[in-house]
Amino acid sequence: MPPGEKISVQNLRLSYGSKEVLHGISFTVAENEILGVIGPAQSGKSTLLRCLNRTIDFVPDARVSGTILLDGRDIRSRIDVYELRRSIGMVAPLPVGLPLTIYDNVAFAPRAAGLKNRQDLDEIVERCLRQAALWDEVKDRLNSLGTKLSGGQQQRLTIARALSHEPEVLCLDEFSIAIDPVTTMRIEDVLKELRREITIILVTNLTQQARRLADRTMFLFKGEIVELDRNDVIFSDNPASQMTYDYVNGIYG
Amino acid sequence: MIGEKLLELVIRFSGISAILFVLAIFLFVFREALPVLTSEKFSVIQFFTSIEWYPTSVNNVRYGTLALIAGTFSVTLLAMAFAVPLGLGGAIFLSEFCGPKLRETLKIVIELLAAIPSVVWGFIGLTVMSRIIVKYTSAPVGVNMLNGAIILALMAVPIIVSIGEDALKAVPDAYREAGQALGATKWQLVYRVLLPAAKNGLLAAVLLGVGRAVGETMAVLMATGHAVHIPHGILDSIRTLTANIAAELGEAPVGSEHYRVLFLTGVLLFTITFLVNLGADLVIRGVRRK
Repeated sequence: MPPGEKISVQNLRLSYGSKEVLHGISFTVAENEILGVIGPAQSGKSTLLRCLNRTIDFVPDARVSGTILLDGRDIRSRIDVYELRRSIGMVAPLPVGLPLTIYDNVAFAPRAAGLKNRQDLDEIVERCLRQAALWDEVKDRLNSLGTKLSGGQQQRLTIARALSHEPEVLCLDEFSIAIDPVTTMRIEDVLKELRREITIILVTNLTQQARRLADRTMFLFKGEIVELDRNDVIFSDNPASQMTYDYVNGIYG
Repeated sequence: MIGEKLLELVIRFSGISAILFVLAIFLFVFREALPVLTSEKFSVIQFFTSIEWYPTSVNNVRYGTLALIAGTFSVTLLAMAFAVPLGLGGAIFLSEFCGPKLRETLKIVIELLAAIPSVVWGFIGLTVMSRIIVKYTSAPVGVNMLNGAIILALMAVPIIVSIGEDALKAVPDAYREAGQALGATKWQLVYRVLLPAAKNGLLAAVLLGVGRAVGETMAVLMATGHAVHIPHGILDSIRTLTANIAAELGEAPVGSEHYRVLFLTGVLLFTITFLVNLGADLVIRGVRRK
């Protein structure tokens, strides 16, 4: 494993039934980088994320081949899949506040991992809510239902929750789809802070968001990587592929 | 436009009719019972506090329902002690743990179980279950509270399972995915996410089971031994309010005091179910507010 390499995906193929969705893609993600993933709907972006934390296992007719290495270890050789999932934070497109209190939402993963000490939990909850820029708004009502928060607050709650198990990798799947621009910018600031500690994969439909945040960006189209390069190449006037140029500049798709 | 108005009227009536029917039933039962309340031989205090039920005694007629109330409550509670864990467990298994093929098969069998007439259940209690109880316990007779409770539990379980499963299935998949992405195991997902999310529906499932057990007549009449007696253990024979009405109403001359007291026990039964439902409603509201 080359130094500084966090994730290495090799020839990843995935099909739902007879329909192949990812056609053998390979790429690496460096430690502490933000990798942007762009591409039109149905190009396999969300599926890719589901392969990483192996929640794809729950899809009955999904077949996966190829290898995914996290810190040089094959994720399928990991005996404890729950530990794997805790080492990867996942934020879904639509905020899913679990029908629990705000506190319990954030304390969910640490508790699932066996942490019981109230003081430790208190600390984690406060740290994560602060990291997600939500603490000041909810600190007086930690015991009210998470589902009662506004959309933007719930999305920050899911980010706080995704950070609660101290993941090494944070995956965000179109996190800004349901929230307003101001909140989006606040979360983007949070992500810029977080990159110092963790590796981030940012799937987004907003090419400008990838441009603002990512170090490198991958253009995924119909299950294949069209181009993956540093942002100053992808968003320049002459990326390697004409398709990338068209997509990024809104000419295509 | 007229068609629309008409339709609205029809569905409005369908909605309101439920209230009308409940009120009408209550009024009718109460009207039949009313004259006995003013009779000098009848005492309301005795009705509620005495365990002596001798409606056909020649010299000293007594109408005490305490033992019947105790019978109804004890057999219902014991039945629920069996049925609630079994029913909720079944619902969780069906909804979260079992494969699609097995689920379809189980659902068909469970619906079949729910469709068995209560007299058949009573028959099983009277013949099969009573023999088993005599064989394996010290009970002198096999028709008793335990027998009735097992039969009632078997009748309530299919209801709890199918309504409970619906409640769990109604929990959005996004919750399951979110929980799993946080590294929760299947069980952690069930008791940390799904049970809290589906608690209203699960409570409704349990209460429908309770309702079935309180109101059941034929099966308990055949399986519980029909002895007016406050039970001291689960192997005692008992009699419930419902079974008492079913057994005696045919014998009581229409308009007689006995006949009217039986209707009064009907009012009592009605009140009990009403209170159970009201309590459940308040609980659910309380749960919701939190």
